[in-house]
Amino acid sequence: MTRFDGNALAGELVDVLGADPTTARLRCTGCGSLGSLGETRVYRTAMGSVARCHGCDTVLVTVVSDGVRRRVGLPGVRAASIA
Amino acid sequence: MATFTRGFGGRRRNEDDDRTPPGQTLVRDWPVLSAGATPDIAPADWSFSIQTESGVHEWTWDEVQALGVEDVTVDIHCVTHWSKLDMPWRGVPLDALFAQVETSLDYCMVHSFGGYTTNVPLDELLGGKAWVAFEADGEPLEPEHGGPARLLVPALYFWKSAKWVRGIVMQADDEPGFWENAGYNMHGDPWKEERYW
Amino acid sequence: MSTPTSVASTSVASESVASTSVASAETPDTGQEARPSPATPARVHRRPAWHAATVAEVRDESPTARRLVLDVPTWPGNDPGQHLDLRLTAEDGYQATRSYSVASAGDDPRVTLAVDRVDDGEVSPFLVDAIEVGDALEVHGPLGGWFVWRPSSGSTRPVQLIAGGSGIVPLVAMVTAHAEADDPTPFRLLYAVRTPEDVFFRPELDAATAADAPLEVTVVYSRTAPADATVPAGRLTKDALAAAVLPPEDRALVYVCGSTPFVEQVLRWLGELGHDVADVRAERFGGS
Repeated sequence: MTRFDGNALAGELVDVLGADPTTARLRCTGCGSLGSLGETRVYRTAMGSVARCHGCDTVLVTVVSDGVRRRVGLPGVRAASIA
Repeated sequence: MATFTRGFGGRRRNEDDDRTPPGQTLVRDWPVLSAGATPDIAPADWSFSIQTESGVHEWTWDEVQALGVEDVTVDIHCVTHWSKLDMPWRGVPLDALFAQVETSLDYCMVHSFGGYTTNVPLDELLGGKAWVAFEADGEPLEPEHGGPARLLVPALYFWKSAKWVRGIVMQADDEPGFWENAGYNMHGDPWKEERYW
Repeated sequence: MSTPTSVASTSVASESVASTSVASAETPDTGQEARPSPATPARVHRRPAWHAATVAEVRDESPTARRLVLDVPTWPGNDPGQHLDLRLTAEDGYQATRSYSVASAGDDPRVTLAVDRVDDGEVSPFLVDAIEVGDALEVHGPLGGWFVWRPSSGSTRPVQLIAGGSGIVPLVAMVTAHAEADDPTPFRLLYAVRTPEDVFFRPELDAATAADAPLEVTVVYSRTAPADATVPAGRLTKDALAAAVLPPEDRALVYVCGSTPFVEQVLRWLGELGHDVADVRAERFGGS
């Protein structure tokens, strides 16, 4: 299991969080803090990727891909600001 | 658009093996997959609970063990395409725990330390189909593999065998757990390749 | 440049969701992000896309790493610090995708990467040991506009770069762009490696140091130092970090890149030394 940061999800989140996902600002449903996707703690496994709030560990974003379709969840994002 | 890259190898496939579900590759080791920090729970601090419409029943580590530990050898199939055959485990069957609980509800939400959840119909945990497991391959379960205890449900993809299991909440309806919300199948039968939604 | 949009999550039903968007139009342009701000002249925004690529050049960068130059005819260019996702497809259709930082920057359709071999990795051993000039693959990019430094932003703040091992890749793109633009921003680079053989892009770093744009490079060695080193080899410590980097009162923009444990250790120390976390951007390459 390896841990990354939100930079690693840029490719998979294009279209969902704008053309420049690492600059998306996300408000966490857990602690209310606002931060860039680039600052999130990302865990990547063969099951999928999970981006957690660097402050409170709430799961902000999930990405599950079967090679054809990509399923993106935003369970911990109250709202996102995209440029 | 997929450009083949000369010389890049694909995954091994196992053909004509009726013990390997479709799309799986056999492994001999045990890959670790984790989407968060590994919880660190000592057996002395561990408990297992089942919440029903009438209340919560809780067992300590020793109380669960006292219900009767079984040796079982099972095949496990991970949705990430690996399968491990004839793996020895030790655990307490869910039948023994549910024998002490009354419920008319049909669905289980399985909860783990660390916050993960997964859903399984109750009848797929009973009848000798599932265990709360403490040992694998003859050794106590390592935290990275879900120790001190995990659920073991070999008939479904291995993500349903919730690591760091802490209990079950009975529900009237089948609700998606963590990975089911994120993209995985509500049921997860490897023989029908029920991987995603 | 489109105005920021806000996407409300549908799962929060009970709270009244104020869709706040960061007032990015008022944020001063420090050159830290790829997206242009109203303060800079309008430029083409490089939307990420999949591109066909051919290996144009391979050369050993270190005993465990290789430099790959890819010819990507449709590449729209990239900012210093950006990365791409590289995808390999086997004949049976199996695909593997990995992210690599780009060591080059600008509009050149030749994109330079450096790949370090990860033991038991699926992709890096192939890229380091087997891939040949002429081989075809696909790349998705340019990606990652947050971990970026652009020259000529008009910012007066100095820049501190901190690289651990292969973390030098995106930072060498910044250093090279800084030199080529003759940018007056004071740049400092702290580069932590195990042995002198592990240094990547030495010619580029030497050329940038010799150029007019102000750059100071410090290389520290954890295992074996060169014979003429002034500091003996040893693991990076908080004191050594403090001695090598700009002090917090200089209010430098800090970029840290390397393995996850390296980055987290450095970030912890920078915080303890008094650096404002808002001024520090990091890119973690995973690993242990």
